[in-house]
Amino acid sequence: MEIPHPSRVPRATLPALRAVEGVLACVSKPLACYHLMTTTAVDLKSVTLTYGPFVAVKDVDLAIEKGSFVTLLGPSGCGKTTILRSIAGLVTPTSGEIVVAGRLINDVPIYKRNIGLVFQNYALFPHKTVEDNIAFGLKYRDVPRLEIARKVKRALDMVRLPGVEKKLPSQLSGGQQQRIALARAIVIEPDVLLLDEPLSALDANLREEMRTELKIIQREVGITTIFVTHDQEEALAMSDRIVVMNHGLIEQNGTPEEVYRTPSSRFVASFLGQSNLIAGTIASNTRGKAKITLDSGASIDAAAPASAKKGSKVTVVVRAQRLEVGKKAAAGSNRLQGRIAATSYLGGTAIYIIEAEGLKLQANTIIDTHVFREGDAVDVSFSPGDCVLLGEDDRRLA
Amino acid sequence: MKVRQAEDASGVWGWRAVKLLTIAVYVFMFAPIIVTVILSFNASMFGGFPMTGLSLQWYGKLFQNEAVLRAFKTSIWIAILTAIVCTVIGVMAAMALTRYEFRGKQLMNTMVIMPALVPETILGVGLLLLMKWAHQPRSYLLLVLGHIMLALPFVVLVVQARLIGIKRVYEEAALSLGASRFSTFREVTLPLLMPAIVAAILLVFTISFDNITASLFWRPPGVETMPTQILAMLKISISPEINALGTLMILITVGLPLAGGLIGRILFGNRQ
Repeated sequence: MEIPHPSRVPRATLPALRAVEGVLACVSKPLACYHLMTTTAVDLKSVTLTYGPFVAVKDVDLAIEKGSFVTLLGPSGCGKTTILRSIAGLVTPTSGEIVVAGRLINDVPIYKRNIGLVFQNYALFPHKTVEDNIAFGLKYRDVPRLEIARKVKRALDMVRLPGVEKKLPSQLSGGQQQRIALARAIVIEPDVLLLDEPLSALDANLREEMRTELKIIQREVGITTIFVTHDQEEALAMSDRIVVMNHGLIEQNGTPEEVYRTPSSRFVASFLGQSNLIAGTIASNTRGKAKITLDSGASIDAAAPASAKKGSKVTVVVRAQRLEVGKKAAAGSNRLQGRIAATSYLGGTAIYIIEAEGLKLQANTIIDTHVFREGDAVDVSFSPGDCVLLGEDDRRLA
Repeated sequence: MKVRQAEDASGVWGWRAVKLLTIAVYVFMFAPIIVTVILSFNASMFGGFPMTGLSLQWYGKLFQNEAVLRAFKTSIWIAILTAIVCTVIGVMAAMALTRYEFRGKQLMNTMVIMPALVPETILGVGLLLLMKWAHQPRSYLLLVLGHIMLALPFVVLVVQARLIGIKRVYEEAALSLGASRFSTFREVTLPLLMPAIVAAILLVFTISFDNITASLFWRPPGVETMPTQILAMLKISISPEINALGTLMILITVGLPLAGGLIGRILFGNRQ
């Protein structure tokens, strides 16, 4: 039903139209709620998991949108794998709720959860052929035999390994085994696909290839995917959203750009990418622009929220990639005079360690013409907009 | 250069010594077996060298000896029963001890291995005293139970070692794909465990079939197992019949594991 624009209907009918609009709004509201429910594939509600005195996951809330690729990123022991295993049903949360596809599954045993799991070391059944491996989950879903054979074939096509049905896992390479493991997990059409560091057992070249492949397959199938890794590059390259974890807590949950550009804490800033962390004090803050006196003595400008009060201690985060070295600073940019302490020449780019006005800065720059060498005097500049301010609690000021 | 040569020379002598020692050890290990086997074909009444001629008469006599045949049957049955029961219980125990966490697990683990560490004589006397105290007669059941107690630790040890090697992710993968715990055991754990189970069955069979010390205490009155029968025969005389019997026993206890290993290799060799 189409509602004509108010300007095109006679004035007298307007109240009637308003009424219709009202009714529609009422109807569409629950619809909207329903919509929200169905687009959340996995919902963790204040999930806590403890092993004796050790708290692996602390009161975590996390909603994962249907069809999205979400990465849990963090150092080992941060709780990312525990979250994955609790969604899978391999561990039971001490408290909190886990909802998958609208169903509370806390007390549902793993084999009734309809979840696809891919492990770091593939975990293909060594005594079964590729075909039997992929068909394994289908057997427990009352799929007719002909249908199983068809689905297995389609799954193999999907992971681009047709014709290996009769082989044993040991006859395949690591990358091929991981594809079969993926096919085995996807073929059961799970509510969510859980990937536990699936690429870390592969060698570097293959890992990058599989990274792209995995992402393409995930897109094709449109399956909600939770990916656990400690590799920040993998996380940035593959994810729709990255959930950065540390000590059982979520540090930040955002798109790769958000997490990279505006780290929400000192941990995120230092774990993801290379950052310069510079201590200082707010000297003044007007209209979103703060003057900051650095502990080293220099003074810089930085974009700042109103909560950055004069006199408060802050840490300025500047990504190493945002530092300009030896260029004419744009108007309004911060400029520091320094000297190159070390150069790592990487062909297209270079990493400089620069001592500038009492600071030790790292700059990862693209080389246009000239490579600076140790001892060269250079100017380092960066825009106030590239600064993120952390408060004394090491959280981003907002 | 000279030093080098000297080193090489000492190396050569070292290796010769090792070879000699190895040969000596093997001779020591196998000479009695070989002597028994050879003498079982000796025609002479007196079991000893020099041989007086080749003959199969002792085997013939053996197969007519009712007591020996009865003892042989008894031993085989006991060994088969022990092997079956031990393997079932042992696999379950090993699963519990490697795959589950529960209170007193360490203690259970030690206790289950204990009968393998305690001298058999002590176990023999102990079980006998227990039965006396409970006013129970010595029976076949007691004998089989005793053998199960003796052999169970070996099943648990062998199966446990293999289970630790089977990564848990296989089972987790099966569970995540929808297989119940029992289906997971049947379809994944058990097939991967099969080589260890075959080994355990053969080991238990041999342990039970060979056992003499404990069997002497536990056997019901008038019942002989193969080893106790041999002992009884030895008390009378060293008849060449015993050599024949020994040869047959060697054939069974050595042949069975070899055959089992071969079957195992054919069945599972291509899979791992």
